[in-house]
Amino acid sequence: MDYLTLLSVLDGTVRTAAPLVLAALAGLFAERSGVVDIGLEGKMLAGAFAAAAAASVTGSPWLGLFAAIGAGILLSMVHAYATVTHHGNQVVSGMAINILVAGLTPTLAFAWFQQGGQTPILQSGERFESIALPLADTLGGAVPVLGPLYREVISGHNILVYAAALAVPAAAWVVYRSRFGLRLRAVGENPSAVDTAGISVAGLRYQALVICGALTGAAGAYLSTAQGAGFVRDMTAGMGYLALAALIFGKWRPAPTLFACLLFALADAVQIRLQGVAIPGIGIIPVQFIQMLPYVLTVLLLAGFVGKAVAPKASGIAYVKER
Amino acid sequence: MASGTTATGIGKGFGQPGEVPGWVNNALLPVLNLAAALVVSSLVILAIGENPLSAMEVLLYGSFGYPEAIGFTLYYATNFIFTGLAVSVAFHCGLFNIGGEGQAYIGGLAIGLVGLAFGGMPWPVVAAVAIVAGALGGAAWAYIPAYLQAKRGSHIVITTIMFNFIAASVMTYLLVDVLIAPGQQSPESRQFDQSTWLPFLHEALGRVGIDIPNSPLNLSFVWALACCALVWVFVWHTRWGYEIRTVGQNERAAVYAGISPSRNIILAMAISGALAGFVGLNEVLGVHHRLILGFTGGVGFVGIAVALMGRNHPVGIVLAALLFGALYQGGSELAFEFPTINREMVVVIQGLVILFAGALENLFKARIEALFRRTARRPAAAG
Repeated sequence: MDYLTLLSVLDGTVRTAAPLVLAALAGLFAERSGVVDIGLEGKMLAGAFAAAAAASVTGSPWLGLFAAIGAGILLSMVHAYATVTHHGNQVVSGMAINILVAGLTPTLAFAWFQQGGQTPILQSGERFESIALPLADTLGGAVPVLGPLYREVISGHNILVYAAALAVPAAAWVVYRSRFGLRLRAVGENPSAVDTAGISVAGLRYQALVICGALTGAAGAYLSTAQGAGFVRDMTAGMGYLALAALIFGKWRPAPTLFACLLFALADAVQIRLQGVAIPGIGIIPVQFIQMLPYVLTVLLLAGFVGKAVAPKASGIAYVKER
Repeated sequence: MASGTTATGIGKGFGQPGEVPGWVNNALLPVLNLAAALVVSSLVILAIGENPLSAMEVLLYGSFGYPEAIGFTLYYATNFIFTGLAVSVAFHCGLFNIGGEGQAYIGGLAIGLVGLAFGGMPWPVVAAVAIVAGALGGAAWAYIPAYLQAKRGSHIVITTIMFNFIAASVMTYLLVDVLIAPGQQSPESRQFDQSTWLPFLHEALGRVGIDIPNSPLNLSFVWALACCALVWVFVWHTRWGYEIRTVGQNERAAVYAGISPSRNIILAMAISGALAGFVGLNEVLGVHHRLILGFTGGVGFVGIAVALMGRNHPVGIVLAALLFGALYQGGSELAFEFPTINREMVVVIQGLVILFAGALENLFKARIEALFRRTARRPAAAG
């Protein structure tokens, strides 16, 4: 594999990783507060639809992004109402959100746009365009190895990719260095201690889920208004679940989670490259087997390499004051 | 994750004043939650510019209004009984099996292979072999996530989801490249020999002189009801069922009682997968008579709703499966009658039912229970 091919694989990795990173960080805030969120998938899908619908109607990707964040937060509040206020089963609630959104998005798209469950294709002004970083072309030609790397992999992405990159240190700062983060980690480990200290467990969890909803909405907006040009039904295709797996693989910490996302994205970028290519000694692998690579990788990683992944202690358990 | 199992035990624990009559928990609350889900569904129908009342009318007429419709409703319900039982058996062990979809797919593959291989044999033989094959296929697909959960601590929810995706890829490969009938464009296997087909119920009953209208309803419905009885005996009247429930209620207590959680996790999941695998009996051997792409169509996920609504009890599951069968059949009628409504509307109602019956099951509970305690105490005080 020559250098330029490698760079294009890495470029593809970054593109695929961005929504995974946003969604995995969303899951991180939820789970650190003690709420399992298997509904990441559904919220992303809702975000993707809201972004594409709003961008298509208003002509602005930014309004699309706001709509996506709104949709994500709205669904997060449904999750919070069911699991925090009413102590409902968190996995069931998340699953309900996933199924609801899987049905709702094509239903609304069908009724509103009459294009068989899709939104209209977004024109160039209605999407987030790629941004050329300063001097990308000059450096790309002049500096030998790092130049092309800068031009191909680091420059030339849309704003949401850079936002996702910045979100990782920001999340790490919030979780480990801010007062909110301290309380967030405490409520995920020992909610009754937080309660005893006079801080509202429910309030903290609601706040964490607002952040979670906003991030998943943005992840969805990326899919439909930055990477793609419109909403297609089921366009998340399991990404929310992969993000959750990345979070577990990253042991609920921002930086390792980022690397897990990059790993999944690399598997996906390699997967696209491998399609139809004859591998020495094996021949051409059927495309379906290559496509299942990220899923198989997830199972293998969760089975073998995570070690004993210790989730936040209170994760998955509703906090009932009287207990 | 014992959301369903706690419901049966409510009102019996220490410090719980008074009993709430069983029908409140097992009938009134599910009906209230269902009503709430339908109210929100109506809002969605309003949002897409249709009249919810006439939509509900079409839904109801389309599912129970005429004899053929009832046959179709029961045919869909057959799938949901299988997947609902599958989810509930895992639930009794404290496991959330989201992999019913993949297990049904692979179970159906095994059944399809039996159908292809046993051409010319009489159907009772084929059906018996297919039942074993479907159970083995589904169980095998559930075994790996179960093993990983039991021995390696992998999260079963995530691994079963991944196995859904992997099953879909495997089946696409097999149907596109391997099992596709020669000279065929669409990805499906050749049709099985007619002797192997499971008899439709209208044929079977026609032979003994009972006339019912034609529908895809076939003998696997009878097997589904038999499975309900078998699950009931297994879960509540065998040692294995007792052990599974013990692990589901309290894993640590189970260890102290000498019950191995890992063995029971694997057993419960294997049975769960086997039950899901029987979906292939209805779809592949009963109706399509060939392997086709995506014959499961989301029934594994509906099973979650069915188990939740049915309170993880076979009787409840049959009733909930009937409800969802009606939703499916009525839903296709709905999509036919209203230009702006498509079949996905059924999925919306499904999601809302899961939300209200499962996640929000406590929404009305406290209020209703308080109401009943108050009314129950009054005559006692008077006497």
